[in-house]
Amino acid sequence: MLETIRKNGVTLAVFAAITTAATAVVNTVTKPTVEHQTLLQQKNLLDQVVPTGMYDNNIQQDCYVVTDDALGNGAPHHLFVARKGGQPVAAALETTAPDGYSGAIQMLVGADFQGKVLGVRVIEHHETPGLGDKIELRISDWINSFNGKVVQGPSDKAFAVKKDGGEFDQFTGATITPRAVVNATKRTALLMKTLPERLSSLPVCGDANE
Amino acid sequence: MSEAKSLLVGGLWKNNSALVQLLGLCPLLAVTATATNALGLGLATTLVLTLTNSFISASRRWVPSEIRIPIYVMIIASVVSCVQMLINAYAYGLYQSLGIFIPLIVTNCIVVGRAEAVASKSSIPLAALDGFAIGMGATCAMVILGSLREIIGSGTLFNGADQLLGPWAKSLRIEVVHFDSPMLLAMLPPGAFIGLGMMLAGKYLIDQKMKQRAALRAQAAERAAPQNAVGKAV
Repeated sequence: MLETIRKNGVTLAVFAAITTAATAVVNTVTKPTVEHQTLLQQKNLLDQVVPTGMYDNNIQQDCYVVTDDALGNGAPHHLFVARKGGQPVAAALETTAPDGYSGAIQMLVGADFQGKVLGVRVIEHHETPGLGDKIELRISDWINSFNGKVVQGPSDKAFAVKKDGGEFDQFTGATITPRAVVNATKRTALLMKTLPERLSSLPVCGDANE
Repeated sequence: MSEAKSLLVGGLWKNNSALVQLLGLCPLLAVTATATNALGLGLATTLVLTLTNSFISASRRWVPSEIRIPIYVMIIASVVSCVQMLINAYAYGLYQSLGIFIPLIVTNCIVVGRAEAVASKSSIPLAALDGFAIGMGATCAMVILGSLREIIGSGTLFNGADQLLGPWAKSLRIEVVHFDSPMLLAMLPPGAFIGLGMMLAGKYLIDQKMKQRAALRAQAAERAAPQNAVGKAV
């Protein structure tokens, strides 16, 4: 009886060691490639919201952490600053639309510091397939209707969906999703106007408090 | 040969994991909103099944039967993690569309089911073949269900196939019908259940037809046999 337990225990331990070792080896081998892929992906996304011709710095390295209620929740969001000759000209800021139809919508908003939106991409959402998911670029180019739009101020009526008196289309059968995205973009672009002065006081990415 | 053939036929039709055993329905119903996703998860499942079956068959000599299940679970978890990391590193587009579904394969009970039923008793090639056949059977069922739901739901077929297979696959996209507003029921989980039910009924019908035809043929053969005998006697 004890002999069986001992034998089975050892067998189990040996198999655990082998399978863990195999997983660890594959993890070590693929790690650099995975990190490289993630960075490429991030750069690709940044290029879609901030045109590369606008800046000459390494935008991925120029990263700060912004925590502000205007970004949908109290969670820290990343800010990537585009500079030309050292001067900040635009930025890409992660943001959250907390009021999507099925939970929060994670987005990346590119804008300059005068309230002009350069590009918006939805990073993650759980909206209804076929209705709310038109905010994704691969399904509809609706998200491109933000390009070049300017937020005049907090009371700018035009920066809203048509149902709310603004100029952005809603989708047939789905108003909540586009409304959430438009409003989050507006809040983010407005917050962005205040950022150049605060830039030096913002924590840099990779800090412990991130 | 005959054993290999019966494994193939069993995996693809007679013992189809999705349509007969009704195992692994959670990923099946979750990802089949489009044909592309269904194909992706099907191929990933096939790969995992073939690998786990081979490893389990290779190690069967050292696995005591009392603790085989925890060992299978460790092997399966390890293989799935490795497959996930490899796809993440070398097929990033595929990883983006399948990302959250690959860990789901661990929970797919068909994997441990085949390990227990076949891999623990068969030679490595047979076990691998069984994993492949069962995986392809599940893939076929998923792609059919995915195609049906995609055509009914949004009127397209293989939308987004380029994310799975590379840029050339953009031309695979077919617009079957044009809908102004999509048929939501087909896209949402209830549509998956209804679609699967239809497929089960269809498979049952085909099996019935085949059984009837086989019975008719047997009857005809029976009727022919005595006449021959009489003819010879005369």
